[in-house]
Amino acid sequence: MNLKLIAEIAKSLLLARWRQSLVAAIGVTFSITMFIALLGFMNGLNDLLDGLILNRTPHVRLFNEVQPNPNQPINLSEEFKNGHNFIQSIKSSGRRLEIYNSGAIMQALKNDPRVLGIAPKISSPVLYNAGTIDITGVVSGIDVMAESELFFFKDYIREGNPLDLKNVGNSIVLGKGVAEKLLANLGDVIQVTTSKGERLPLKVVGFFQSGIADFDKVQSFASISTVQKLLGKPNDYVTDIQIKLKDLNIAPAVAKEYAQLFKADAEDIQTANSQFETGSFVRTLISYVVGITLLIVAGFGIYNILNMMIYEKMDTIAILKATGFSGSDVRKIFLGIALTIGLIGGLLGLLFGLSLSLLIDQIPFNTAALPTIKTYPVNYSPMFYIIGIVFSLITTYFAGFFPARKASKIDPVIIIRGK
Amino acid sequence: MVVLQSKGINKYFKDPVTVKVLDEVSFSVNQGEFVAVTGKSGCGKSTLLYILSTMDTDYEGELWIDGQLMRGKSEGELARIRNEKIGFVFQFHYLLNEFTVLKNVMLPGLKLQRVSAAEVEHHAMERLKTLGIDSLALKKANQLSGGEKQRVAIARALINDPLIIMGDEPTGNLDKKNSDIVFDIFKQLSEEFNQTLLIVTHDQTFADNTNRIIEMQDGRVIS
Ligand SMILES: Nc1ncnc2c1ncn2[C@@H]1O[C@H](COP(=O)(O)OP(=O)(O)O)[C@@H](O)[C@H]1O
Ligand SMILES: [Mg+2]
Repeated sequence: MNLKLIAEIAKSLLLARWRQSLVAAIGVTFSITMFIALLGFMNGLNDLLDGLILNRTPHVRLFNEVQPNPNQPINLSEEFKNGHNFIQSIKSSGRRLEIYNSGAIMQALKNDPRVLGIAPKISSPVLYNAGTIDITGVVSGIDVMAESELFFFKDYIREGNPLDLKNVGNSIVLGKGVAEKLLANLGDVIQVTTSKGERLPLKVVGFFQSGIADFDKVQSFASISTVQKLLGKPNDYVTDIQIKLKDLNIAPAVAKEYAQLFKADAEDIQTANSQFETGSFVRTLISYVVGITLLIVAGFGIYNILNMMIYEKMDTIAILKATGFSGSDVRKIFLGIALTIGLIGGLLGLLFGLSLSLLIDQIPFNTAALPTIKTYPVNYSPMFYIIGIVFSLITTYFAGFFPARKASKIDPVIIIRGK
Repeated sequence: MVVLQSKGINKYFKDPVTVKVLDEVSFSVNQGEFVAVTGKSGCGKSTLLYILSTMDTDYEGELWIDGQLMRGKSEGELARIRNEKIGFVFQFHYLLNEFTVLKNVMLPGLKLQRVSAAEVEHHAMERLKTLGIDSLALKKANQLSGGEKQRVAIARALINDPLIIMGDEPTGNLDKKNSDIVFDIFKQLSEEFNQTLLIVTHDQTFADNTNRIIEMQDGRVIS
């Protein structure tokens, strides 16, 4: 194979100028290192910030909105069919918030292969009473097990054991903000009043911190049965069914389908949180721009060094041509040199990039808003590493292309005569 | 058998004014001939040799090597012809300093791929032995003396058993003793191996000892 010979010649030329080659390779290494570390860090942050909302947002949520019935009696009347309806200020009837036939719906959802899991929920506006103060808020009745599994509920518990919600009757996990206002400690009993005036004493078994302060100032959690008791409802009363799908992207279609099938309102995650995509996109874009800029700078380094090498190796090139190597052989030799620099520099860059990522992963990062995060977040997606090495090869190919073409066009007669 | 033939070759240099440096050069070299090209400095010997070796393609007239017309051949095809059929020895021993002596000799053979790498190495060692420099095989090219380098260059020219060896004043840069050694090698190649040689020289004793002298003057062949 002629390529073997060309590779051998390229290697010899490279080693004869190993110092310059090394400097060129270090340029590539540096940019790939930064590229990997930056992308890993930025995407780690993206994941973290997305996770703040997306992790605990159901992909599809089934609920009943309180709204006027679109089929008012007057519309059904044959008599007034051609008349003009001027009935104003229609009110919502006592349409129930509960999802009808929730048991059957949940069973159907569990059998749907697209569904990863479901968690039923009851939301109820309440007043927290402690001594003379009343604070408005919301108590959510949840299935602790399902909620932990699907929406990482456990991760946001600062103190106490979330399982106590299930095991201890009439218990509550208070939002951090709520607890501060109520001056409540673990084991205290607080009073909760519903909008209908029912009142229930609940034992504080934990504190919850989501990282979103406004949310933590109103939100608390209790078990489904506790909230059913609070509202005086039967044990199939559920106001929300939260669904997590195997594939997040089909959420809008599935939401539409379920809305019709179950005759309830259905909201998908994309509609609920459209703004999050934008932030992630901008951060990723910045990392790519910085990484590619560094690579282009490294590319100029390779370009310079190859040009210098060609200038020094004019005699060698002339001799190779005089003894029967063609212009394209010479071009391949110099492209080979460039790509070797790119490959070695790039691979080292991946290694150093990984090391730097691991290092960043060790730096403590404590913030009250993010209770589960102890160090800076880093994403180790193999995709960044693949993109890194591909970019380094592409850049060095282009950096080597023009010098190599110049080398292939050297006229041996001019060099040999020049001596 | 005619190995190389030039028919009415003209060459102009157009920088800064057009000068005709080769004027209707026509001659042919037969298989086994040892030909010397002589003439005053500047008469166009080197220019002619670069054309004959296919490195310079900017000329008028026809060049035939081994029965093939060189005009119209691509750069790659010409490289292949140089590789396979022409061995070139320069005045300044152009060796590749990045490689050992042995590798320098092997490179054109490895490029040709007519035989395996192991056989190329074997042939290279044989050539070095014939030229009495096999002990230098593993040295780097830049550790050799001028005479030794020129012998390595001859070994390299021989590696693919070329149709013709061309030399542009191969002894021009050597002392008397080394000149004689190089000449003797050429003579031996000619007599023992019937090797065809076309050597440019301005050393009259060198020329007198060859089979045939082509004398040039102002770009023309005069005898
Ligand atoms: N690149 C060039 N441009 C213009 N004139 C040249 C060039 N190369 C050689 N010449 C001229 O061509 C003539 C022949 O040169 P050359 O073939 O080197 O002569 P020789 O080898 O016989 O000494 C000389 O007059 C020289 O000055
Ligand atoms: Mg000359």
